[in-house]
Amino acid sequence: MSAWLNGIQSATSGAGLHDQQFNGLFLLFLGITGFFYLIVIVALIAAIILRRRRTGSEPLARAALFGWVGAVVVGLAVLSAASFLVDRRVDAATMGRPPLKIELVANQWWWDVRYHGASPSDEVHTANELHLPVGVPALVTLKSNDVIHSFWVPPLAGKQDLVPGRTNDILLLPRRTGLFRGQCAEFCGTQHARMALDVTVESLPDFRRWQRAQRAPAFAPRTALAQGGYAYVTQRECANCHNITGTPASGRFGPDLTHLASRRSIGAGTYPMTRGHLYAWVADPQGAKPGNNMPYIGFEAQDLHAVVAYLQSLK
Amino acid sequence: MSDVARDGEALQGAELEARLHRTWSRAPGLWGWLTTVDHKDIGRRYIYTAMTLLILGGALAAAMRLQLATPESGLISAARYNQIFTMHGTTMMFLFAVPVMEAVAIYIIPLMVGTRNIAFPRLNAFSYWTYLFGALLLWVAFALNVGPDAGWFMYVPLSGPEFTPGKRTDIWAQMITFTEVAAIAVAVELIVTILKFRAPGMTIARMPLYVWSILVTSIMVVLSLPAVALASGMLLADRLIGTQFYNPFEHGDALLWQHLFWFFAHPEVYIIFLPAMGFVSQIVETFTQRPVFAYAALVLATVAIGLLSFGVWVHHMFATGLPRLGYDFYTAASMAVAVPSAIQIFCWIATMWLGRPRFAVPLLYVVAFIVTFVIGGLTGVMVASVPLDLQLHDSYFVVAHLHYVLIGGGVFPLLGALTYWFPKLTGRLLSEGLGKAAFWCVFLGFNAAFFPMHITGMLGMPRRVYTYPTGMGWDALNMMSSLMTGVIVIGGILFVTNVVLALRRPPDAGPNPWNAPGLEWAADSPPAPYNFEHIPVVSSHTPLWEEGPLNVMTGLRVDDREQVVTTAIEAQPDIRYPSPEPTLWPLLSAVALAALFIGSIFTPWAVVIGAVPLAVGFTVWFWPKNAPDGEPVIE
Amino acid sequence: MIASLVSLSACDREERESRGRPLAEAAAGGPLVSTLRAGEPPHPRPDPRAAEYENNAYAVSQGQKLFQAMNCSGCHAHGGGGMGPALMDDQWRYGGNMEQIVATLDQGRPNGMLSWRGRLTAQQMWQLAAYVRSLSAQQRQDVLPGRADEPSNTEPQTLRSREEMHSSSPAGVQGTAQ
Repeated sequence: MSAWLNGIQSATSGAGLHDQQFNGLFLLFLGITGFFYLIVIVALIAAIILRRRRTGSEPLARAALFGWVGAVVVGLAVLSAASFLVDRRVDAATMGRPPLKIELVANQWWWDVRYHGASPSDEVHTANELHLPVGVPALVTLKSNDVIHSFWVPPLAGKQDLVPGRTNDILLLPRRTGLFRGQCAEFCGTQHARMALDVTVESLPDFRRWQRAQRAPAFAPRTALAQGGYAYVTQRECANCHNITGTPASGRFGPDLTHLASRRSIGAGTYPMTRGHLYAWVADPQGAKPGNNMPYIGFEAQDLHAVVAYLQSLK
Repeated sequence: MSDVARDGEALQGAELEARLHRTWSRAPGLWGWLTTVDHKDIGRRYIYTAMTLLILGGALAAAMRLQLATPESGLISAARYNQIFTMHGTTMMFLFAVPVMEAVAIYIIPLMVGTRNIAFPRLNAFSYWTYLFGALLLWVAFALNVGPDAGWFMYVPLSGPEFTPGKRTDIWAQMITFTEVAAIAVAVELIVTILKFRAPGMTIARMPLYVWSILVTSIMVVLSLPAVALASGMLLADRLIGTQFYNPFEHGDALLWQHLFWFFAHPEVYIIFLPAMGFVSQIVETFTQRPVFAYAALVLATVAIGLLSFGVWVHHMFATGLPRLGYDFYTAASMAVAVPSAIQIFCWIATMWLGRPRFAVPLLYVVAFIVTFVIGGLTGVMVASVPLDLQLHDSYFVVAHLHYVLIGGGVFPLLGALTYWFPKLTGRLLSEGLGKAAFWCVFLGFNAAFFPMHITGMLGMPRRVYTYPTGMGWDALNMMSSLMTGVIVIGGILFVTNVVLALRRPPDAGPNPWNAPGLEWAADSPPAPYNFEHIPVVSSHTPLWEEGPLNVMTGLRVDDREQVVTTAIEAQPDIRYPSPEPTLWPLLSAVALAALFIGSIFTPWAVVIGAVPLAVGFTVWFWPKNAPDGEPVIE
Repeated sequence: MIASLVSLSACDREERESRGRPLAEAAAGGPLVSTLRAGEPPHPRPDPRAAEYENNAYAVSQGQKLFQAMNCSGCHAHGGGGMGPALMDDQWRYGGNMEQIVATLDQGRPNGMLSWRGRLTAQQMWQLAAYVRSLSAQQRQDVLPGRADEPSNTEPQTLRSREEMHSSSPAGVQGTAQ
């Protein structure tokens, strides 16, 4: 049962500060509203069962009405106050702690992720995945390039919309390590369903190791096949839209591919990152995610083998 | 004055009936069908059209559940699924729920307040044709694969010209214009009918609770629909003539749409819900055979819900990044709605407790309503809290919540009310056995299909996705929801079968089969074209439960369509008012208006050119006649 | 009734063909520079894809996105012309029908027009051509985009005030993770 509630995209996992607060508050709401529901149902059943005996009297009912309204008002006041306090406590818990700064830009239908550093060379640029050190608050700045999207990683925190023309932010404070998944929560067009975000919460040393690896430029191709792929990717259609740091490919419209093979999924959660799925995606990106902006190219077989071999080497 | 025929001592019985028939009947054949301005004809038409759209919208829901039954299903493509869920939401909210509530009111309100026709009957005919053309526009477009696909809420900039090219969104926005015209027209008719056409003696404190709820609802329609009219008008301007209201890069604002849209669309939920509250009050009263407990509290609760509903729209926007302090106000307002709702629930249960309830099908629907709607209301309290809403918003939890509110709080009372008033509409009673079978299918199927969605949402499943991956813990719950949808479908089929079988029997119900207290039960079943032989005079809440025959007033002309206008509060007879004759012009004007609206999607010139036939239609329709404008009532 | 009549003519106007057909001989074929002005009779053997793309609202809007993404405005300035010729008028140096525009995109032209062969797919070239023709309103009215959503140079007010607020917040930019 608990494993079931602890799914990688479950709001009941309680892996972040917000979500722990959510769980507590939800139980309080469930308790109080459940109590009132019970009263209604018991009264209804009693009214049905006792219909033959005329037990009620109007003055009694009138007094009960006042009592009922009083109880409802008190219950709602308790819930409003609890809701208000939890809302403010989440803000207060992270006050004054220097956060990790991340910029997340939503596109139809993928996430562009940048970790800001002290200098531009310290910046990490990736796509469709977040790595977070456990216990460190992360301030995520949210922007959109096209339509309204919504950032939602249920195990960590609630939603925050990414609205074009506005900048929102959300503070994440992960409390335990693990693999999580988030998904766009505002309808954003044809492929709204395939706009997932992989989130890895890890220890601070692991996170630093990941950050160092991500800062490095792309590995040079080692095999002859991968070299062929390198030539294709940097000279043909791919480089128009994709960036691979350290190579001539410097497009700005698609996800950054510098360390593509180190990620958990392809196409914003469309496929898991395996060789076979990489083939499927490159050969026909419109197959599993029709309508996305990556065009169908119609590779020759040897080009396809080469491109996949090269992409697989981008660890 | 002796040359004018009036009802009274001299003119009674069969001869009076025959002469009233001649005055109030519509012309025979197709011509009569097209020109009728009788509120019963138009109300019945409205009800049939809206129920047809309920079936169509339900079919779309079933299609979606088929697709979502299994993960990674390839049954329906992404583009088609997006059209389907947009059509489902649009049909249910704009073409079924609001129109059906107004439709029942068009039929039953004039009977309930004891008058012979609705106020502005030609406008009433016009509003039906406009509504029909709007519904046709949307569904023909969908059938031709140009249906809208950006969601029934049409958030900009997704619905703007850059991200939904083509005409899909324009068709949606223009359909909104049609339904706005129709709904506002009906609201105005209902307000005037309720305030000025009540039977003498039916003071504002003696109005049935259903009449109160329709009065509040109609005022809400008049106040809230202009917001969405403005919003969809600006969307059309952005898309068709290059304005920049919603373009953030030209100093427009993407959130402006959401404010305007929800300023309408949240009250809309109560526009659907309040008439249903009226149904419940009437049914509870009849089937417990006693007046509803605490009439004044119920009236005040209805008015309070109407007022509060205008202060809660931002709870749809908690995730958009508005100032935090502002949220608290909307949380408080949203939670406050629970207080009047709790009062209503208490009063109905207390009425059952104090009376002798007989669990016929309409009252069963009321019990189902209480059991399910209270769950929807309580989950509504949950999503009013900002920290909870940020998790639950736009997840399947909200799908469950809104269906508990709209089906539990709207459709169940509606099915109860249709069963309750069916003998009035048709002269026949529905079968009790089939009715109960349909009831249990719909009630149990609904709960089994929608309750699991609360959990699916908690487990992180977002709304409006055409598919979902395996291994998220959602598979079994979705399969359950899909299977149980089948049970609801069976219930729907049983309900329709019941209606069809009843219509094949000869009428046998009699004027008042339930021993109900309201004036509508004083008319024949189905009512004669003139509703009442004599206009009743009322001296209590429950006129038909009083001892002795119903008091009536006399002195109305029988050779002219004459109605009594009474004062707004005390319902003192004021003047006699000639009700308009049947005419084709409302239909012709509606056709001209439809041509203008639809043409304007394709060229702005349609507005200029289309204005000419429209002006002709309206001019002839409103051409002044030399009829007297209403005379003082002769006692 | 009116709705059905109007829409009947528009069934595939909105179809979102996501994959396109494989590249055929047309784009690579000889340069079709026979018509130099809009309004001259069309090429005798039109490619069937021309009408398909040109009459499709989705293709036109995809072309609009590509026009922005490939920085066509760098030379053609939203169609008004700059370093490169204007695209809004009826003057076509290398022909103004769909096939000819695709040929121009595919092969490039002297004095600065790049060849996009191997950099854009055939489908993308057809989409771009459809959009380019919409700049001078060659299509049916009902497939044209309502307006361009190009960002202006000024940033929205909301964005600016929010950013000032953030830069004045405590703590370094790099944070504890450094």
